[in-house]
Amino acid sequence: MRIPLSALFGLFITSVYFFCAIFASWVAPYGMAETVGEVWEPSRLGFLLGTAPEGTVDAQYWLGTDQIGRDLLTRMIYGGQTTILIATAATILSFTTGSVLGFFAAVSGGWIDQALSRFVDLVMSIPSLILALVILSAIDVTVVTLIVLMGLLDSTRVFRLARAVALDISVMEFVEAARLRGEKIAWVIFREILPNALSPLVAEMGLRFIFMVLFISTLSFLGIGVQPPLADWGGIVKENKDGINFGIGAALYPAAAIATLAISVNLVADWVLNRTTSLKGGRG
Amino acid sequence: MSTPLLSVRGLKIGATVYPPDAKPHDIEIVHGVDFDVEAGKVLGLIGESGAGKSTIGLATMAYGRGGVKLTGGTVLVNGRDVLQSDRRDVSNLRGGEVTYVSQSAAASFNPAKRIMEQVIEAAVLQNKFSKADAVARAVELFRKLDLPEPETIGERFPHQVSGGQLQRCMTALALCPEPDLVVFDEPTTALDVTTQIDVLKAIKEAIHDTGVSALYITHDLAVVAQVSDHIMVLRQGKMVEYGTTDQIINAPVEDYTKALVSVRSINHNEKTSSGEPLLQVQNITARYRGTKFDVLKGIDVDLHAGQTLAVVGESGSGKSTLARVITGLLPAREGIVKFNGRELSPELANRSQDDLRELQMIYQMADTAMNPRQTVGTIIGRPLEFYFGLKGAEKQNRIKELLNEIEMGDGFIDRYPAELSGGQKQRICIARALAAKPKLIICDEVTSALDPLVADGILKLLLDLQKIEDVAYLFITHDIATVRAIADSIAVMYQGEVARYGGKTKVLSPPFDDYTDLLLSSVPEMKLGWLEDVISNRKMNSGGN
Amino acid sequence: MHPILKLVAQRLSLGIFLLFAASALLFGLTEILPGDAAQAQLGQSATPENLANLREEMGLNRPAITRYAEWIYGILTGDMGNALSNKLPIGEQIGKRLGATMFLAFWAALISVPFAILLGLIAVRYLNRFPDKAISGSTLAAISLPEFMIAYILIFVFAVKLGWAPSFANVPPDMPLLEKLHSISLPIAVLTMVVLAHMMRMTRAAILNVMQSAYIETAELKGLSSFEVIRKHAFPNAVAPIVNVVMINLAYLVVGVVVVEAVFAYPGMGQYLVDAVVKRDVPVVLTSGIIFSAVYIILNMIADIVSILSNPKLRHPK
Repeated sequence: MRIPLSALFGLFITSVYFFCAIFASWVAPYGMAETVGEVWEPSRLGFLLGTAPEGTVDAQYWLGTDQIGRDLLTRMIYGGQTTILIATAATILSFTTGSVLGFFAAVSGGWIDQALSRFVDLVMSIPSLILALVILSAIDVTVVTLIVLMGLLDSTRVFRLARAVALDISVMEFVEAARLRGEKIAWVIFREILPNALSPLVAEMGLRFIFMVLFISTLSFLGIGVQPPLADWGGIVKENKDGINFGIGAALYPAAAIATLAISVNLVADWVLNRTTSLKGGRG
Repeated sequence: MSTPLLSVRGLKIGATVYPPDAKPHDIEIVHGVDFDVEAGKVLGLIGESGAGKSTIGLATMAYGRGGVKLTGGTVLVNGRDVLQSDRRDVSNLRGGEVTYVSQSAAASFNPAKRIMEQVIEAAVLQNKFSKADAVARAVELFRKLDLPEPETIGERFPHQVSGGQLQRCMTALALCPEPDLVVFDEPTTALDVTTQIDVLKAIKEAIHDTGVSALYITHDLAVVAQVSDHIMVLRQGKMVEYGTTDQIINAPVEDYTKALVSVRSINHNEKTSSGEPLLQVQNITARYRGTKFDVLKGIDVDLHAGQTLAVVGESGSGKSTLARVITGLLPAREGIVKFNGRELSPELANRSQDDLRELQMIYQMADTAMNPRQTVGTIIGRPLEFYFGLKGAEKQNRIKELLNEIEMGDGFIDRYPAELSGGQKQRICIARALAAKPKLIICDEVTSALDPLVADGILKLLLDLQKIEDVAYLFITHDIATVRAIADSIAVMYQGEVARYGGKTKVLSPPFDDYTDLLLSSVPEMKLGWLEDVISNRKMNSGGN
Repeated sequence: MHPILKLVAQRLSLGIFLLFAASALLFGLTEILPGDAAQAQLGQSATPENLANLREEMGLNRPAITRYAEWIYGILTGDMGNALSNKLPIGEQIGKRLGATMFLAFWAALISVPFAILLGLIAVRYLNRFPDKAISGSTLAAISLPEFMIAYILIFVFAVKLGWAPSFANVPPDMPLLEKLHSISLPIAVLTMVVLAHMMRMTRAAILNVMQSAYIETAELKGLSSFEVIRKHAFPNAVAPIVNVVMINLAYLVVGVVVVEAVFAYPGMGQYLVDAVVKRDVPVVLTSGIIFSAVYIILNMIADIVSILSNPKLRHPK
């Protein structure tokens, strides 16, 4: 199996991020809440690249320090752990719920399908950010509630996709052939439909993951996502945004992190999607 | 000898392929073809799918569809090499000297514009006629092509006229600018059999009246024999044979041509029936859920063990619906289906496993009838596991036996459907049906999507298997030639009812009811002058009008 | 009645039904989730008696249906009650802020829509070649970042380092137009970038879909020049899908506004909503939420209706 360069690059970067997220406490140089230096010390990275403020003679910390003197690299790593953990959990929840219900609706047809679809339509008629804001104004905000909220909200989109894919596949004659044989519905779903639905769904999973990362960061930035003392990338921007006015770019590191992660996952998702269209023996 | 209108020498056409795990590379799909078309003559281009006929037809307009490139040779139209012409000359050529009639008029018309506007577009653009003259000419062409309401049909939108009518509108579109050459690309293939004849006649007369030259592309030799003066047989981008129509049809030289000419001449002696029928369809009436009219009305047919009942009809006749009722996918409103002497439950879910096993089905499109993620071994093996509980070595051996029966080797066990040809895929579907040791197999248009020679192979295989396994076939088709070849009894269906039913010989001998007469007479025969005979003898109008 | 009018009427009534259903859903959510307005106002230290009294006073003990009906009636007549946090009338605030938000959204739309169509056309014209890949690649960057991060990057570069535009946006009514535009130049830039990225991909897909139709080939084979093919055959069929795409993306714009206003402290509906969420001011949250949803639902409905009206098969039935 030959993997194109872009997908390899994507896979590599994504793995690095997930590795740091899982083993954060071993990878991070300092403690999560440890104050190590002055406020907004310049970064070693900037020093090496020549972008540090004039007169800087030494920079001890790779990404500098944040608004109360904590090492930014540490904060970024722990922030990554939180962000990636929440996004992954929410994606898994959204995916399992959406796919199972979507397949079920497609295969059952009739009033079950109608009821589910109409309900999903209703939920989707309200923009997810608005719905999330309304709900978050009324409940306690914890990591668990965030995961459940994001997962369920997004499962509506996955429902639509899974249902459409399942319907496309179920009208193919090989599904009918299985039914005529007398196969039970479980066989039809898991052995006939699912293997063919897997690829578009997995590729979509990558995109949903990126969306989750963006979404949780936005919520945290607005102050209604991850609550302190836990850090996540959106929260880091919120904490450091005042530095922007002084020309301090601390708040921009999360942007770079999210952008690279998002692009990497996109590249992998593209590769998965391309691989699978070819298996159908594509004659173009 | 005057200069031919169209003169092609050494035409080479290439394309880029993008295989999934390798770099894209170029291949040649037409390998140096030569032919001429004289003024006022028709050349038929015949070949199976993939032979390159459409590609060559489009090349005469210096056009390559979908990234295909015209890589070599010369194409002289009225003495000019169009492959070397600049953009402006090519623009003038297209729609002016050479025009095109595509296979699917429905897709080729702009849905947002009225028909007349599109029919006169080329004529006006190429400055052949003023707008008013072009309209007058178009109306005249509509009349010649036997279209209803020729004065006003141009006001309609494409979706407001039927398929056969639209195909004729497209012919008018191609003839309106008074071109020198018209390229007809399978113009009747997508139409119903009875409509085909009308359109074919209209085209032939139009060609004759206007004196235009034509390139007629098709895969049906019988059709091309009705309209062309010369025929060129193509195979995989190379010319196999070239000659007058008379010579090709009556005295073919090459083996491939001979095979094409003798297609569907399988002979099968009708079997007589005795005893209780295997399948009894009694007074079946059915409709689709949520609709208000019956798609099947009072159907009564029988099928005896080891025999073939051919159910013939055009689209909308209800033949496929009958299959769905018999298999239990669509419960009937009235009537019963008896199988093996027992009444079958109308719903699939209530049938016993034996009932399900003994009644199998093979589909028209083998591509979608097999799960692309399963290997041939899994596809054939599943019925063995499911019905007989076979496992391991026992199962593998039986799979090999079945592969043998369908004339394919053991090496196919680990292949995926996408790697097989059309004929091979259909054979695997047959093996899958046989694996269940059925008493009855419903064949739903199983050869309709295949090339004529491949289809012949499948029919011969089915007949052989019938003898070996003593299995009955309910053979659904729209093709009379196939019916003649393999049926023991025939049911002709028309608009949800059985128009004619009985043993093969009886059904195919006169006197006929009107519909059967229309149907039988619409099957082109490989005989010169057949078209004219048919039209003069017709008693009933086809649905496509 | 012409069948197409029937379809349009159906879609309209569906839209109205959705509006009510969405409002009921939002209202219902705030009802069934733990915690209520009285709790939020008094905080953790409230005694049970205080809570009971406040609930009675606020009318929270009446049945939900009554309170829902009152709320809806209030919105439709303009009397939306008072905010929990500062007792200011909600209707008045919304009146001021809605105009500000619409101003922002309008200019963002005005810039991004023509750009998106133009870029989509260019991408299709040079399909799979450099311009196409370059355009797709740059939009990939824009959709890989949340809006607020794009905003801060732009602020960092253009406001702080270069000083070309202000980092806080405000448009008091007496400001001249040009000055207003300068003030909101960065928010508009952010909104435009994000919406443009999504819209351009969709217009490209819509145009490509039309260009690959068989009737385009027919037009080419009639000898029309590329320009004429596009003008006479592609364009009339592309208008509807493009309008559809634009409408859908304008609906996204409505949501993007919320975040952008938070970053630039712009006194619009978005900031109002976010502040209210943080302060747990449920009446404000509900009312703002339904207004945003209404805009979203109406825009999507217009998209559907345009699709219906432009379909020749529906306009001229058999």
